[in-house]
Amino acid sequence: MKLLLTGGRIIDPSQGLDANLDILIENGKIAEIGKNAHKPKTDSRKSASREINIVDINGMVAVPGLIDMHTHLREPGFEYKESIQTGSEAGAAGGFTSLACMPNTNPVNDTRSVTEYIKRKAASCNLVNVYPIAAVSMGSEGTSLTEFMDLKDAGAVAFSDDGKPVANSALMRRALEYASSLGMSIISHCEDTCLSHGGSMNEGFVSTELGLQGIPNIAEDAIVARDIIIAEYTGALLHIAHVSTAGAVRLIRDAKARGLRVTAETAPHYFTLTDEALREFDTCAKVNPPLRTLEDVNAVREGLRDGTIDVIASDHAPHASTDKEVEFEYASFGITGLETSLALSLRLVDDGILTLGQLILGMTVNPARIFNIPKGTLKTGGDADITVIDPNRNWTVDRDGLLSKGKNTPFHGQAMKGKAIMTIMGGEIKYRDLP
Amino acid sequence: MKLTNKDILGIKELSVDEINLILDTAASFIEVSTREIKKVPTLRGKTVVNLFFEASTRTRTSFEIAGKRLSADTINISATTSSVVKGETLIDTARNLEAMNPDAIVIRHSAAGAPHMLARMVKQSIINAGDGAHEHPTQALLDMMTIKEKKGTVSGLKVAIVGDIAHSRVARSNIYGLTKMGSQVIVAGPAMMIPRDIARMGVTVYNNLAEAIKDVDIVMMLRIQLERQQQNIFPSLREYSSYFCLNRHNIKLAKEDVLVMHPGPINRGIEISPDIADGPYSIILDQVTNGVAVRMALLYLLIGGQR
Repeated sequence: MKLLLTGGRIIDPSQGLDANLDILIENGKIAEIGKNAHKPKTDSRKSASREINIVDINGMVAVPGLIDMHTHLREPGFEYKESIQTGSEAGAAGGFTSLACMPNTNPVNDTRSVTEYIKRKAASCNLVNVYPIAAVSMGSEGTSLTEFMDLKDAGAVAFSDDGKPVANSALMRRALEYASSLGMSIISHCEDTCLSHGGSMNEGFVSTELGLQGIPNIAEDAIVARDIIIAEYTGALLHIAHVSTAGAVRLIRDAKARGLRVTAETAPHYFTLTDEALREFDTCAKVNPPLRTLEDVNAVREGLRDGTIDVIASDHAPHASTDKEVEFEYASFGITGLETSLALSLRLVDDGILTLGQLILGMTVNPARIFNIPKGTLKTGGDADITVIDPNRNWTVDRDGLLSKGKNTPFHGQAMKGKAIMTIMGGEIKYRDLP
Repeated sequence: MKLTNKDILGIKELSVDEINLILDTAASFIEVSTREIKKVPTLRGKTVVNLFFEASTRTRTSFEIAGKRLSADTINISATTSSVVKGETLIDTARNLEAMNPDAIVIRHSAAGAPHMLARMVKQSIINAGDGAHEHPTQALLDMMTIKEKKGTVSGLKVAIVGDIAHSRVARSNIYGLTKMGSQVIVAGPAMMIPRDIARMGVTVYNNLAEAIKDVDIVMMLRIQLERQQQNIFPSLREYSSYFCLNRHNIKLAKEDVLVMHPGPINRGIEISPDIADGPYSIILDQVTNGVAVRMALLYLLIGGQR
């Protein structure tokens, strides 16, 4: 079976491509990209159309399959929040062909068996590629290292104690050294938990008015600074997760200017919302790191614009209603993000922060490079992972319509522009939403 | 005139006109509490639930008396006696109460925003009797009522609020109320007790008592909670009381006709010396008396049949 996408605008930053071309897919691989790719050699169009599925994507944009490098699929252990199946469905619907999932499951992904379980389960779902991120420390308890070599062999693409930041600087140093020797990054959730202890939103004017204990910017900045210092000393590969503060952007910018091997990601809510979103005690806007101030939002946007921040990741954190429909202080942190990430990110293009090509770079080539995985490209011979985007599709976020089990979105009811209308993984159409 | 919302969640949401309406209505209810038969039939047949998830003597009793003097049926539920201890969520508790069709629910909760969640969920009037460190609107209203009673006005005054501002819902509600009514508010305490960016609420901040109370018309002292010591909000009661206790020496810095207020319960000798608490400047017990009138006024305005 062959698949031919015709008439679309192809953007592939990995080859500096932005043109109206056809894509021919054969046996799960990109067979050809070009003008009038695969013109039937015979004059029998009838027989040709039997073996070729031709999809007209005129007016649409086809890009390498999007990669979300920071998601929580919750399985094993928290299937009531999300499963690999529902997370994969949500990912495909959001335009993602690859997801990297954080290890804060139960059991924690700190051993080969858990990594293999996730890979096996994802393969049987067969909707998106799932790349497990393994824990830095056993149980993510911050005391003893996990078996990085074994985990890498099992399929882990990076290491992180996301959600339970590595407090012990000596452990962080060893982890950076070890991972780097394997060509892998440590993904650091930067939070000084002594500074953030007891907090449930950003510390500032809004938290003061609401009487909620705050999480100050310095809780993030202090650990970003520490990790950069350790990365500089060790020469290691450091990736800063979910950047939310102006200070973190500045520290990362300086580190990059000094040539350190530091990369960074942010999530759509950090360049879209401020802590004003919490005025009505909306637990769906309760997230960690917390929504910050306009100054921080602007700094994050500037960080995206000047390349300080390499990647946009959703930090998809699905929760059940029982985790969220409680008093604000008791509610779980997290925003469900897979299905809104692309549309929110496309606003950066409308706002003139990024070109469409730069945006796609941050959602394909850059995460693929950080994980060192053969994805994020439409090069001939590569896996046919392709996302077709209708940049002009107007739609409204409806939490009840989300495929994710997590309905915890602060964007419910909001108008969006731009949507993935076809998600192709390994040459197979996994999701389509054609008008 | 009527109140705009079905609920009283905070002073922030009230207009100046609404505050005046509540204060005037409360003043008219003062007399009821001085009668020999302290009861009017205004809310006969109405049911008021006092839902208290946090310990309270003064506020709960005050609401109960307010309801009873208006002939409402009042029911008290405290967290230790309800099904909350069995692990029922606030939502389920609220829905069960709603199903029994009361007219108003008074809620106190240690979590900021809990009354707001309740108000979104149930059709009854919700009165916030204190939510975390967020708001305590009835306290601010009774404070303003007492100030107005003694000073004849709530505007043009200089009011110092002293103590753990960061953890005080009384401070926040009074800041909203007093600044709305046109008074100047000063907050004071050790730096650890001053929350970030509070100046943007329209107040002046001092870190010492003498500067804070200089030439003020009102000093409002807040209760120091001992357990905050563990969070390094202050190093010791000994030090705090040496530098922030209102006493007969430092009170002289304030205006001659200064009034001393305290939301209670007071820590004698910690934030306020006994001779000040019991002395001529103190209007602490007037606050308590007016608390009943203010709560009667709110119940009347919210469920008194006109709505």
